[in-house]
Amino acid sequence: MTEEIFDCCIIGAGVVGCAIARRLAQFQLKTAVIEKGPDVCCGTSKANSGIVHAGYAAQPGTLKAKFNAAGNPLFDQVCHELSVPFARIGTFVVAITDDGIKVLEKLYQRGQENKIPKLQIITDTQKIRQMEPSLTPNVTGVLYAPTGGIVSPYDLTIGLAENAYVNGVQFFFNSEVVGIDIKERYKVIQTRSKEIKTHFILNAAGVHADEISRMVGLDYFTITPRKGEYILLDKKCIELNHVLFPIPTPISKGIVVSITMEGHIFLGPNAETIEDKEDKSTTTEGLNEIIEGARKLVPDIPVNEAIVTYAGLRAVSDNNDFIIEPTKVEGFINVAGIQSPGLTASLAIAEYIVELLENLGVKLSVKPNFNPIREIPPRFATLSNEERHQLILRNPDYGHIICRCEYVTEAEIKAAIHRPLGATTLDGVKFRTRAQMGRCHGGFCTNRILEILSRELQVPIEQISKKGPKSELIVGKTKDLWRITVEGN
Amino acid sequence: MKEIKVDIAVVGGGPAGLAAAIAAREQGADVLIIERDFELGGILHQCIHNGFGLHIFKEELTGPEFAQRYINRVNELKIPAKLDTMVISISPEKEIIAVNKIDGLLRIKAGAIILAMGCRERTRHNILVPGSRPAGIYPAGLAQRLVNIEGFMPGKRFVILGSGDIGMIMARRLTWEGAKVEAVVEIQPYPSGLIRNQVQCLKDYNIPLILEHTVIQVHGHQRVEGVTIAKVDEKWRPIPGTERFIECDTLLLSVGLIPENELSKAAGIEIDPKTKGPIVTNFLETSIPGIFACGNVLQVHDLIDNVALEGTRAGEMAATYISRKLEVAESKISCLPGTNVGYVVPQFISSRAFSDKITFFMRAKKPQRNVYVEFIMNNQQIYRKFTKFALPSEMIKVNLPPLKDFAEKISDITINIIPKGEEGQ
Ligand SMILES: Cc1cc2nc3c(=O)[nH]c(=O)nc-3n(C[C@H](O)[C@H](O)[C@H](O)COP(=O)(O)OP(=O)(O)OC[C@H]3O[C@@H](n4cnc5c(N)ncnc54)[C@H](O)[C@@H]3O)c2cc1C
Ligand SMILES: Cc1cc2nc3c(=O)[nH]c(=O)nc-3n(C[C@H](O)[C@H](O)[C@H](O)COP(=O)(O)OP(=O)(O)OC[C@H]3O[C@@H](n4cnc5c(N)ncnc54)[C@H](O)[C@@H]3O)c2cc1C
Repeated sequence: MTEEIFDCCIIGAGVVGCAIARRLAQFQLKTAVIEKGPDVCCGTSKANSGIVHAGYAAQPGTLKAKFNAAGNPLFDQVCHELSVPFARIGTFVVAITDDGIKVLEKLYQRGQENKIPKLQIITDTQKIRQMEPSLTPNVTGVLYAPTGGIVSPYDLTIGLAENAYVNGVQFFFNSEVVGIDIKERYKVIQTRSKEIKTHFILNAAGVHADEISRMVGLDYFTITPRKGEYILLDKKCIELNHVLFPIPTPISKGIVVSITMEGHIFLGPNAETIEDKEDKSTTTEGLNEIIEGARKLVPDIPVNEAIVTYAGLRAVSDNNDFIIEPTKVEGFINVAGIQSPGLTASLAIAEYIVELLENLGVKLSVKPNFNPIREIPPRFATLSNEERHQLILRNPDYGHIICRCEYVTEAEIKAAIHRPLGATTLDGVKFRTRAQMGRCHGGFCTNRILEILSRELQVPIEQISKKGPKSELIVGKTKDLWRITVEGN
Repeated sequence: MKEIKVDIAVVGGGPAGLAAAIAAREQGADVLIIERDFELGGILHQCIHNGFGLHIFKEELTGPEFAQRYINRVNELKIPAKLDTMVISISPEKEIIAVNKIDGLLRIKAGAIILAMGCRERTRHNILVPGSRPAGIYPAGLAQRLVNIEGFMPGKRFVILGSGDIGMIMARRLTWEGAKVEAVVEIQPYPSGLIRNQVQCLKDYNIPLILEHTVIQVHGHQRVEGVTIAKVDEKWRPIPGTERFIECDTLLLSVGLIPENELSKAAGIEIDPKTKGPIVTNFLETSIPGIFACGNVLQVHDLIDNVALEGTRAGEMAATYISRKLEVAESKISCLPGTNVGYVVPQFISSRAFSDKITFFMRAKKPQRNVYVEFIMNNQQIYRKFTKFALPSEMIKVNLPPLKDFAEKISDITINIIPKGEEGQ
């Protein structure tokens, strides 16, 4: 058992946990993040729509509405500081009937109540089609929210975590929290391999937050996973300038057609309530539902350009709102039920946590040497040819392209491994560099990345995994299986 | 930025690119091969099985042996090759930007360019195989590379989805390595690879080939734990009640190859949606004059010998082009796939070739026996050729006698595959 006692332990290294961690890193506190996965961003934060919602959709008066409206404006500065690409491309809610227009009006009203700026209903269909040429000719009007934007959710989460880490926050990976003991002066968080003492616990465990809460005897809510599946298509397979939402359904914002910061088009999510909190599988029915939904917005969507399908789980609480509050257990704070718009809200939630802690009497003295800036290594793919040339002359590894689809060089992969909180798995490299994310999906570079990981981390290739223990790729050398059979006999 | 000038730049040093470079050099052109790998030979290095070269060398060679014959000739002719060098852009003005560790970025100004970038494998996601996303799902060619070149085993118990040639060859290869291949699962009612491979790689090793089935679910969070397969109807929809679980730790996919044309598209070269390769004339010239294409970047071949022969022709044509003897066509006629024809290459015939014999490559959409390949012009059959089998897995090659022998007024051609007895209707 480590003798040190942390001031704050955050359970869960998703976008919410990492946003809180980075905010707390600004104070003279001993903070740790405890994560069961091998890396940050292993949960819902890596599989969502990556939309920074404008904020008209949430029911006025809810925490969702409050933190969405407050979170959205914080993105410009934070993303700038962390070198995370972010763009306010604007969002459309698309009506295709006259009744649809009435819904747009309701949403507009709601937006006014939530104090969302610059909302506009456009019914000039010619103008709409000019703004968005791929849109269905059936469009009757759109609600245009220029403050809506897109961000890569894993870039953001990784950026927040790295910046928290270099400013003193500790991270424990492969550390599933299995129990919490409440002592008189502190709490003991138990993982399978260690015990961590802390004064405060921030429960940001996503779909598992109800289980964590029960570990301290607080059984006042349940989290139900609601799955959303996606299909990601190749870059530029259609022209798209805005995020396209359909008219919302009672439980979700509907199947969107949107674009990632890298220019990939994606379709989804559907919404299916499930039981298994680990079930992130895609289904034939789900994928068909997405395709059908997307076609209502963009009739000629080229589904044969699919690069990847995936799913994420919304953490739905009983009252369908966020649960962000101190509890009867002193020092135990729930940050639970953070479903959509949780990504957008994350930065504002972190601000609110600081307020809460202050109100709870935590002494928050600002750390004078806090550095908000995160520098990232240059990305070959985004540079001009002249910049590329100069870079290679300085670092020849930039002249060796490993991922041919996304133009990721050996230099970037090495940097991803050796950065603060660097990658240790194939997925870790993927989410930090985009290598294996392109159209061949690792068909040509997986073996090379395995080799680089093995070399740089100095572990045998058989131990390199896709996403942590039990997901190793190589089972042995050729001929080994015969050896096993022969010896086994 | 360093600048190089050459008559002909060949992008890709696989069998197509090598054959093209050799042919062009033999015609006296000054040639440069640009290859992203550290050695020449392309995919052939991982194809350690035999069966290559029967047509060209009248011998059964392994992939590396076949490649070596061309590499030796490249060396004899002292054709320079930039290795470890990747082309990142091609302009319509035939300027290439390439990158490597030593030169940084290179600008290569070429009189003509030969595209020979090969192809990539379709992935699980391209065909929307549902389920979880654990470790242990690979395209068959990646497994081929791991086993044959790197010496690593990617699993112990395999299911292979798709009966493409690489998948079937890997089924045998993995069996030799002591792994268990539970089944090869194919959605169509017939295998998609060569009959030869079906016999030599599956039957001989008692590996079940399960036709008209597909994987409807992948199981396992961290590593593959199994797959559920089901029978499908004519529209490839799973039939309820036919589901079956197969335990395995690895799923390989052999569901087709896609010509790698991102560079071509960015250059503005027109792509045939059917072949996914550039649209070419009978001179293998793309929609940009002076840019030629050959090998699997043009169309996915099933025999390497044809890849190399196509390379040779592209090399000759590019050399003719730079010597300004490839006369600009006054007009072109289209060659269109008709009944039971999936695609046709070349897609155009130049008016300059109306007195030449033209070699066509095509694939049948569905298998048929005892058929004619017929060529229709102005609603008339101008030529036909009998063939015993028309299988989607086996490319059909037909030599069409000179067009000017057939008609005064030469216009577009449609090519049909029709059962014997129904021709010309
Ligand atoms: C389909 C879908 C679409 C969405 N689209 C948007 C959108 O466009 N815009 C938007 O603003 N929001 C969106 N959201 C919501 C947003 O993704 C989530 O609100 C946000 O990612 C939640 O972050 P989190 O940190 O709370 O959870 P997570 O990212 O799930 O993080 C929780 C972490 O806790 C860890 N953990 C769990 N149990 C334990 C344990 N016992 N011990 C240690 N660690 C543990 C997990 O491994 C995980 O890493 C979407 C959500 C879904 C599902
Ligand atoms: C993974 C895989 C496995 C295969 N296995 C078999 C098999 O077992 N048996 C079989 O008969 N066929 C196999 N094939 C088919 C294979 O494409 C052909 O056998 C044959 O190699 C085609 O020859 P090629 O010259 O057209 O392409 P390739 O052999 O693929 O050669 C293309 C060359 O171009 C280079 N290149 C591509 N882009 C660039 C660029 N931008 N800059 C520089 N260089 C570039 C590549 O590195 C490569 O060396 C396989 C294909 C793949 C993709």
